[in-house]
Amino acid sequence: MEPFTTHTGTAIPLRRSNVDTDQIIPAHWLKKVTKTGFEDGLFEAWRKDPEFVFNEPARQGASVLVAGPDFGTGSSREHAVWALQNYGFKAVISSRFADIFRGNSLKGGLLTVVLPQETVDALWALTEADPAVEVTVDLVERQVRAGDVVADFEIDDYTRWRLLEGLDDIGLTLRHEEDVTAFEAGRPSWLPRTQSV
Amino acid sequence: MGRTLAEKVWDAHVVRRAEGEPDLLYIDLHLLHEVTSPQAFDGLRQAGRPVRRTDLTIATEDHNTPTLDIDKPIADPVSRVQLETLRRNAAEFGVRIHSLGDVEQGVVHVVGPQLGLTQPGMTVVCGDSHTSTHGAFGALAFGIGTSQVEHVLATQTLPLAPFKTMAITVNGELPAAVTAKDLILAVIAKIGTGGGQGYVIEYRGEAIRNLSMEGRMTVCNMSIEAGARAGMIAPDDTTFAYLKGRDHAPQGADWDAAVEYWSSLKTDEDAAFDHEVVIEAAELTPFVTWGTNPGQGAPLSAKVPDPASFADPSERNAAEKALEYMGLTAGQPLRDIKVDTVFIGSCTNGRMEDLRAVADILRGRKVADGVRMLVVPGSVRVSIEAVSEGLDKVFTDAGAEWRYAGCSMCLGMNPDQLAPGERSASTSNRNFEGRQGKGGRTHLVSPQVAAATAVLGHLAAPADLDAAVPAGV
Ligand code: SF4
Repeated sequence: MEPFTTHTGTAIPLRRSNVDTDQIIPAHWLKKVTKTGFEDGLFEAWRKDPEFVFNEPARQGASVLVAGPDFGTGSSREHAVWALQNYGFKAVISSRFADIFRGNSLKGGLLTVVLPQETVDALWALTEADPAVEVTVDLVERQVRAGDVVADFEIDDYTRWRLLEGLDDIGLTLRHEEDVTAFEAGRPSWLPRTQSV
Repeated sequence: MGRTLAEKVWDAHVVRRAEGEPDLLYIDLHLLHEVTSPQAFDGLRQAGRPVRRTDLTIATEDHNTPTLDIDKPIADPVSRVQLETLRRNAAEFGVRIHSLGDVEQGVVHVVGPQLGLTQPGMTVVCGDSHTSTHGAFGALAFGIGTSQVEHVLATQTLPLAPFKTMAITVNGELPAAVTAKDLILAVIAKIGTGGGQGYVIEYRGEAIRNLSMEGRMTVCNMSIEAGARAGMIAPDDTTFAYLKGRDHAPQGADWDAAVEYWSSLKTDEDAAFDHEVVIEAAELTPFVTWGTNPGQGAPLSAKVPDPASFADPSERNAAEKALEYMGLTAGQPLRDIKVDTVFIGSCTNGRMEDLRAVADILRGRKVADGVRMLVVPGSVRVSIEAVSEGLDKVFTDAGAEWRYAGCSMCLGMNPDQLAPGERSASTSNRNFEGRQGKGGRTHLVSPQVAAATAVLGHLAAPADLDAAVPAGV
């Protein structure tokens, strides 16, 4: 997992509430056998509409999603996070996220930032007026900055530390690799092995 | 204070314990199949990580494999891609794999024990909920998600929150006509599909001790249908006798050392469980499900229950919905329910003992007109042994189809499926809506009930058979 300290990029305002994981990545994409290649499935149904904000030429290359309340409800599929990341998003801002989605995103290194709806409204107004405006999501200072909007956000210390260090659960466990190796040295020799290596 | 079996196995695998963090547990055996492993390997690849212990990892193909024409290319592109992906990943990361056509191929939970890879006191995981099967050996065995599969591949450990312990004691001897499957179906009906939530269940008591390893696997397999994290049975002479001489069982002095350790794996007299359930074996009878979850079951001699008889409103509602989906009416005797298909197989009841029980009933009899019967061995080894005993002939002579090994109609990911509205008596473990095919209706039963049902065309026990058509006529 790449460390997340601070990220600056253009944004896509998504004025919809209750965006469920089926909208984020439809079920038929779940047959894929990789964690990559989901970018074309992201909001697949909505993107068929030429007017959809994702299809505006000025929005290409955006990396911050400013979403409506209750983003990521529905099925627990980890594919929703992968799809957003594959598309290029580093952070999603909303006034409220579904629990499982938020858990999956923070595990996978996609920073989900909770801000009051007034701030989200302000970010919407700002980025709708000017697609080129840059949004900074600063995890070090726990702050979002864009134009004249400056908003502090909360995130627990442990998760913040994990993201700053770029440690996924596996990375965290590997920090204790010496303990694992020591444990392995003490395992009885008669325990089964599937093959000799 | 003393410790339970589950706590002993847990404690023996703690790599690291720190205040405010989950325990880091070492994993002795990691089983893989094609459905839940691809993204885990993909994650390793992206992070540039190897598989830490390829020698504690093994893969088989089971969910998507066809049970007919296995030498032909797999028709369904999704199934084919999943299988090919597993093969590629196994080759790239150095993981042992048993592919379709290999003599050790089969349902992952049949293959592990049969190779002697599943042993008492081990931690066993697989990206599959029925990993609980391996608890029959006194192993702590549980299903995990794809992120955890990746975690185990990379580190051979898992950070895990503690569980609660439950004892289910089955006193006395099972009546002759009652099997391990009837016992576990009755347990689930008693405690409910959420009754085991958060618990590791230890099955104990005389009736459990008297079960064969196959029977114990059937019981532990379905622990997950009661919502439990895992099911376990303390190892004893039955366990040791099953393991002795198997491919990966210890030998010579190692065997003696292992048996000495395994013998210590029982719950201490003064250990306390968080919850206890007691069942009298003598009260059990052949048991079948009437609804759409494994807890909706009743003795075969009973009637389809009236939803109004459930005091709990959500249970009443669930029963109403289930009867509608199953096309049943309250008060109808369960024995009157006619089936279109009988499925013998799965990691619940796809082993030799199960096939022998079915053959004993079918020998000299015929599958009823209009009933399709599929016999799918749990593994190629089971298949070979069954053929060597001539069981395949018994099945085909009776009019059943003898198929190649795999999960098959247990979940219908391959072409073996129920058509909409079709009804089956199935030895598998889940009767969820659409589990065996869209719109399909499933009654979970023991192999013995399945066989009698095939002959009579309606839900029946072997005893009904003697009354109806004498064997050999
Ligand atoms: S036989 Fe059924 S329950 Fe067992 S592993 Fe296969 S699909 Fe799962």
